Amino acid sequence: MTSESLIEAVEKASSPDELVKAVWALSGSQSEDAIPTLIQVLGFNNPGAAIAAVEGLVKLGDVAVPILIRDLDGYDYGARAWAIRALSRIAHPDALDILTEAAAHDFALSVRRGAAKGLGDLRWEKLPPEAQEGAQKKVLETLKQVAKKDEEWIVRYAAIVGLESLAKQALTEEIKTFLQELEKQEKDLTARSRLRLAFTNQE
Amino acid sequence: MTAYNAETAIAHLNQTEDLSLRYYAAWWLGKFRITDSAAMTALLNALEDEADRSPDGGYPLRRNAARALGKLGNPQAVPSLIENLNCSDYYVREASAQALEEIGDSRAISPLLALLEGGVEAAKPMPGKPHLVQPYEAVIEALGSLGATIAIAQIQPFLDHPVEKVQFAAARALYQLTKEEKYGMRLVEGLKAEKLPLRRSALMDLGATDYLDAGSAIAQTPAENSLKLIALKGLLENHLQHQDQPLSPEAVQLLTLMDSLL
Repeated sequence: MTSESLIEAVEKASSPDELVKAVWALSGSQSEDAIPTLIQVLGFNNPGAAIAAVEGLVKLGDVAVPILIRDLDGYDYGARAWAIRALSRIAHPDALDILTEAAAHDFALSVRRGAAKGLGDLRWEKLPPEAQEGAQKKVLETLKQVAKKDEEWIVRYAAIVGLESLAKQALTEEIKTFLQELEKQEKDLTARSRLRLAFTNQE
Repeated sequence: MTAYNAETAIAHLNQTEDLSLRYYAAWWLGKFRITDSAAMTALLNALEDEADRSPDGGYPLRRNAARALGKLGNPQAVPSLIENLNCSDYYVREASAQALEEIGDSRAISPLLALLEGGVEAAKPMPGKPHLVQPYEAVIEALGSLGATIAIAQIQPFLDHPVEKVQFAAARALYQLTKEEKYGMRLVEGLKAEKLPLRRSALMDLGATDYLDAGSAIAQTPAENSLKLIALKGLLENHLQHQDQPLSPEAVQLLTLMDSLL
């Protein structure tokens, strides 16, 4: 099927089930023309369809990044959470500013946690060498703030996951020290368990 | 305008002129877990309120007061909450059962058990209402959390109650009370329900247990990641039982699943 007819099938889907199937088909087409439609689906409040759309966007990769950034929905936090998750998984550093802003300041915890995790995984080699260190430091500062101050356990948890990933690529010793400090103040049992897992992984 | 604080909330709850201020204040005290004795007294008073009545005879203020008292977790509220298990308002009975579960006081066991009288036979829909004659789900869940092994035989038949959420509540409680795998598996089965609200319900029920085998099924359920994360957190913390100990392989597996859902 042409991408045009696949897009049409998504637009005309008349039941949630049909929609999910149509979105998987469109995702599978891996056509760049599908990108705006896949992004639209993130706002349909249908988790099954959104998962399918995210998978398609992630597989398309870097080419979807500028459009995801352009179309990021400022009003629908559900849609924004899915888009941030897609950007996080594509991990192109062009999303750095959006992800730091989202991790630190978005009012929706699903957005903050997706961004915090994604910040740790960015593909630094896509940046010019002279820009890498500054960007990594910015990520470190953001994640430290989030891990210390966010009021939601799951966002602090996600920041720990982000810091652990970042430490695999850069700033390792500094992150290790920070996480050990953090363990003394973290009250949530699950977040504390995640810290312990990070220590085990680092050994 | 001064900021809304505990003092304001207590004052609002203690006055009787403006019912809507009382209603909000009761909710607020629970939400922000204001545990001082003036708040307790005001809430206990509100739990006996006769003034705030809804058109169908309900007691909106009592509902909020019961919910708040559950969040405060003070056993001082147990006798009044037990009394309200017999309130004419279904939603007060439901909120009271949930509050008694949260407080975790075993004095609530036999009064809760009394609401199961007549068994599944009696557990019919309330004519003209969107609920059953008693808040069975809340009652059965509370009995499970309170460790009421004495209730096992009475809960068992509810596995076959026509309302699926009640079946799940029974499976959850029976798992908590017996640790038998078949009850955990019944909940995992529930994750495959066609309707999203039912899958959500099964998720929350699993999160109340330590049935660790449910981990990957939870992660794969078509439902919001937020709920799946809460369910996995519940499993993990019930597994750790609030002890600091080295992480077991099962705990690591749960954490890894959580990572994938961020």
